[in-house]
Amino acid sequence: MKTIKILTVAFTVSLLAFNCSNDDDTIMDENQLDFSGTYSQEDQMGRPAVNTVFVNAASKDMFNVTAPSNQNATYQSMFQTNLEALSPAFANPGDMNALGQTSADFTGLLATDVLNVSLDGTTTFYDGTNVLTGRALADDVITVELLLIFGGEDFMENPTLSNDNVDENDKAFLSSFPYLASPW
Amino acid sequence: MKNLKKVLGIGVVAIASFFILAADHIDAPAVTGGDSDITDFYAFQGENTNNLVFVANLQGLLSPSATASAVFDENVLIEFNIDNTGDNVEDLVIQAIPRDGKMYFFGPVAPSQVGITSVIETSATVGGYVDITSYGSSANVATNGGMTFFAGPRDDPFFFDFAQYSAILDGTATGFNSPGSDTFQGTNVLSIVVEVPKSMIGGSGTINTWVESKRK
Repeated sequence: MKTIKILTVAFTVSLLAFNCSNDDDTIMDENQLDFSGTYSQEDQMGRPAVNTVFVNAASKDMFNVTAPSNQNATYQSMFQTNLEALSPAFANPGDMNALGQTSADFTGLLATDVLNVSLDGTTTFYDGTNVLTGRALADDVITVELLLIFGGEDFMENPTLSNDNVDENDKAFLSSFPYLASPW
Repeated sequence: MKNLKKVLGIGVVAIASFFILAADHIDAPAVTGGDSDITDFYAFQGENTNNLVFVANLQGLLSPSATASAVFDENVLIEFNIDNTGDNVEDLVIQAIPRDGKMYFFGPVAPSQVGITSVIETSATVGGYVDITSYGSSANVATNGGMTFFAGPRDDPFFFDFAQYSAILDGTATGFNSPGSDTFQGTNVLSIVVEVPKSMIGGSGTINTWVESKRK
């Protein structure tokens, strides 16, 4: 009987020890869960609307599984061809957008589909002062992109194409976490 | 204007499937209509300005009646990628994966492999989990180690007169209307929101960030 008791104590101690070390190593409460395996990419996104607007139909799936560090080499020329075909504001040599970017400059930025985010202050896609320092929920990213695509050097070209006149979301955002509005 | 139409006409041919929806909603054939389709990605300073907030939205254009039955797929990993050295290769990832009604978060942690395949970084010493909020319930929010977590249905924060945009490219309209009409009005998405201290992702300067969906 004594032996059994000792064995039981020893077993309990070792169980506790095992649990403790497990807690130290991992986040929590996942001991019975299976997180094993390899996960393969299906979709990705940095800036809004890039794959949708600038990538040819036949290449859209491939774009989604091309690492950002490889995107510029593969896709910049396609982006430039499509931009020049799409927008009269980039139809002529030397045309630029309001950021002073030629079609090569602009698509050189966009072809690497990452979102640039400042850790030092205002985060916005564009607010009239800050450019590409993040993406806030209320940012009118489509109008910003339409202006950069169609608006020419001064945001004044092609006015009927450079603003969709939908300026805000259909529900107010929250000032606190989780920030997004409750569902409809 | 004539020239413009002509140019746009050429554009439609050149960019044959220009009509696909929006921010990243239904952006490519392989993910359209699937539960790995990323609709949008946001990164912004939190209410606490020492923090940064990442938002990934999935499965767009959910009607209210379809939202209750929309679920996160346990085989789909959502990965926020953070490059803080300027080479567009991820130095840190924050991974989100659902199990048994909870969304588990691992990281920010240096990934054991970079690029288009991933393993779940279960040895990460930071992260946490949150009960996935069900449709019609108030938001479940959890915190751990300075991070804050949410997963569940929300209003789609994206807005765009996509219908008119399509009409322009189709050649049946010459410009946007004023006011426009928000194609995404009244629709929901499945959201993952994680707020993280800036000190855990580089502290200062500029990061490059993007979100990926990956399937087991």
